Amino acid sequence: MTAPTAPRARDGRAPDVFTPDGWVPMRCHADSEEVDFAIVGAGAGGATLAARLAEKGFSVVCFDAGPYWRPLDDFVSDERASEMLYWTDPRITGGDDPIALAGNNCGKGVGGSTVHFSMISLRWRPEWFKARTKLGYGVDWPVTYEQMESYYAQAEQALSVSGPVKYPWGPPRGPYPYRPHEVNAPGLILARGAEKLGVKWCAVPLATVSAPRGKSPPCVYRGWCHYGCSTNAKQSALVVWATRAVAAGAEIRDMAMVGQVETNTDGTRVTGVRFQREGEWRVQKARNVVVAGYAIETPRLLLNSATSRHPDGLANSSGCVGAYLTTHAGPGVWATFDEDIRWNKGPPNMAVTEHWNYTDEGKDFHGGYAFMSQGPLAREWGQTLAGRGLWGAELQREMAKYNHTAGFVPVAEVEPRACNTVTLADEVDPYGLKIPKLSFSYSDNDRRLQAHSKRFMGQMLEAAGGYDLWDNDDTSHLMGTCRMGDDPKTSVVNADGRSWDIPNLWVCDGSLFATTGAVNPSLTIQALALRIADRIEALARRGEL
Amino acid sequence: MTERYPDYDILDKWSSVSFDDKTRAVLTQRLHAVPGRRFFTQTEWDLLEALSSRLAPTPERGGSIPITPWIDKELFEGDTEGFRIEGMPPTLEAWRKGLAAIEAEAKAAYVRPFAELDSETQDIFLKRIQKGEVDPALWRGMDAKRFFGDILLKGVVGVYYAHPQAQSEMGFGGPASPRGYVRIGLNEHDPWEAREVRADGKPRRSGKTQR
Ligand SMILES: Cc1cc2nc3c(=O)[nH]c(=O)nc-3n(C[C@H](O)[C@H](O)[C@H](O)COP(=O)(O)OP(=O)(O)OC[C@H]3O[C@@H](n4cnc5c(N)ncnc54)[C@H](O)[C@@H]3O)c2cc1C
Ligand code: SF4
Repeated sequence: MTAPTAPRARDGRAPDVFTPDGWVPMRCHADSEEVDFAIVGAGAGGATLAARLAEKGFSVVCFDAGPYWRPLDDFVSDERASEMLYWTDPRITGGDDPIALAGNNCGKGVGGSTVHFSMISLRWRPEWFKARTKLGYGVDWPVTYEQMESYYAQAEQALSVSGPVKYPWGPPRGPYPYRPHEVNAPGLILARGAEKLGVKWCAVPLATVSAPRGKSPPCVYRGWCHYGCSTNAKQSALVVWATRAVAAGAEIRDMAMVGQVETNTDGTRVTGVRFQREGEWRVQKARNVVVAGYAIETPRLLLNSATSRHPDGLANSSGCVGAYLTTHAGPGVWATFDEDIRWNKGPPNMAVTEHWNYTDEGKDFHGGYAFMSQGPLAREWGQTLAGRGLWGAELQREMAKYNHTAGFVPVAEVEPRACNTVTLADEVDPYGLKIPKLSFSYSDNDRRLQAHSKRFMGQMLEAAGGYDLWDNDDTSHLMGTCRMGDDPKTSVVNADGRSWDIPNLWVCDGSLFATTGAVNPSLTIQALALRIADRIEALARRGEL
Repeated sequence: MTERYPDYDILDKWSSVSFDDKTRAVLTQRLHAVPGRRFFTQTEWDLLEALSSRLAPTPERGGSIPITPWIDKELFEGDTEGFRIEGMPPTLEAWRKGLAAIEAEAKAAYVRPFAELDSETQDIFLKRIQKGEVDPALWRGMDAKRFFGDILLKGVVGVYYAHPQAQSEMGFGGPASPRGYVRIGLNEHDPWEAREVRADGKPRRSGKTQR
């Protein structure tokens, strides 16, 4: 199947994600109508905020550069054809440790990267929000775990997270809304290894349902989650938040690429967004603009919106827009097993240990890492082995062991550093917009942390009966390029996602992360969006918007 | 190599509930609508054919799995990953430059085009390119190791393992929608999965799990 070539959400209706060829009514706004909120990006941050603001009665238009998917019509069991889900506009990636982009971390379309994400839904360790004060490294966030806790619970409910009755790490959180999934074979390898080494493990809390929920059927363990869930078991931002947003009266404008945030002549307020849809540039008027395009497109848009009043880009008096780019390191360790694993079955990551997130002793580094069992499909695995330098007969021999391979990959904390950046390159894309350029290098601490994780994961694979171990290097999520903070000199936005420089310009996505923590970010992004929605409502009530 | 899954063919599931119509449509294209040459020159095309016959595995069940036509299509349609490592040319340009450089390296070393070398020499030569042991002048500023690993090899392997035959040989489950799997634990199989045969020709028995 190929991606839609024309917008679907228009003329008073949006695609119904639950019905082949189906539609739901959608309230639409004229460009000239000044809406309360224009939101750029309908992913984990943007779609969540759109839904909550619309539910609170604000008028909202949420833009996404990609299509409004109908999983039942669009998503196929084919890795190559699913590349339509990824952000593949031109980008340059550099530094000592260039980060691979596209399918590795960036989605395009309503639902954003959660359309092809792995559904791991973990809370932060409470101390990470105050890492500098409580753990002596990184920086403090302007919010505390106590402020986030109820929003984590709200996000878990909204996604019907399927997880254990008692999660073994961190503060108590009651049973997850849905019962845990049966752990698959690669997860049982992790469990066995963990028990041999005497560390705790558990079934991963996943945003795919273990029992029917509304129009979502339970997960059928098909294992194609990275390529879009064709059954709608996955509780992506597309299935959950976009649906709620449209039902509550928000407009989601698909295949609409925002090129600039517009400002008034003295540069004190933003007035709307300039966007391209079907080849035509238009301007949507708005009282507030929220940028939620993820950690590359968000700073890129703010930088591309520079004016004579804001020559370094909007909201950038701190110089932090595009700085402190972080990722999670994800080095893998892999092993062969005599038993049949068949790791294509089930969601890719079904067992986890957060041992090294909650243990501070015995470390020669700051920070932590969690790691999970894995489940790459055929083509992805072939390319991973090619990345190891294998080809021809050697590659074939190794691929033949596919059903007998298992491995672990951590979500490993990376230090925020000003030298890691997203900037604009001197080259334009087909929209005529300057393309982003990343520069990323690991610190010594980052390298020590990863070396520790490789050693530990290797021990655990061996303890579980694995042999012929080997390892590789990779990364996953992107964060940090418009960080939140308490100080306008060292951060882009405050705890509400509101920019220090322009009071009606906001950020609500993964770029808010001042530090990375060491669990997958989407639950925290959604919890932040839920909190920001409540804060906006409170500020509006006080006349402070 | 003796086949581990000799009686397994993903395409046998074509009419089953493991396949849906949209996946059938994609695979029908892959199997029956192999595109012609539009991006590469004939010389580039022939060279890539010779390269991929060494880089990709040899199909155990005979026949060949088309690779060059699909890479040509991706490049012709600009359907690439979009990002590039700093210092590397844009993807389309990188392919042309890299193929030209490989041919120039072969001619410099053996006075013959790559395609005319015997397969053993080809493999030795390719290992050298893979390690970046090249004459930088012939690469006109492009990093040979990156071209070999991130573009050429990744591209070839990405096409090869998108083919149902390649996936059948490795015992991969293949398409799985609307039906997924029921038995997902260690040594557990659903009837619609590949049956593995041991080196001695006997079917593998589902052993007891250790757990
Ligand atoms: C393979 C993979 C697996 C993952 N697994 C997990 C997991 O298991 N658990 C987890 O927590 N996280 C996971 N993640 C990460 C998670 O998906 C992201 O961190 C999260 O979606 C980021 O949210 P966001 O709102 O910042 O951006 P996104 O969700 O990426 O949304 C951004 C949206 O903005 C749109 N956009 C950008 N710029 C513009 C513009 N100028 N105009 C219009 N639209 C624009 C994009 O098209 C996109 O749809 C995974 C990611 C990947 C790629
Ligand atoms: S394994 Fe579950 S969540 Fe993943 S694609 Fe299949 S049904 Fe969807």
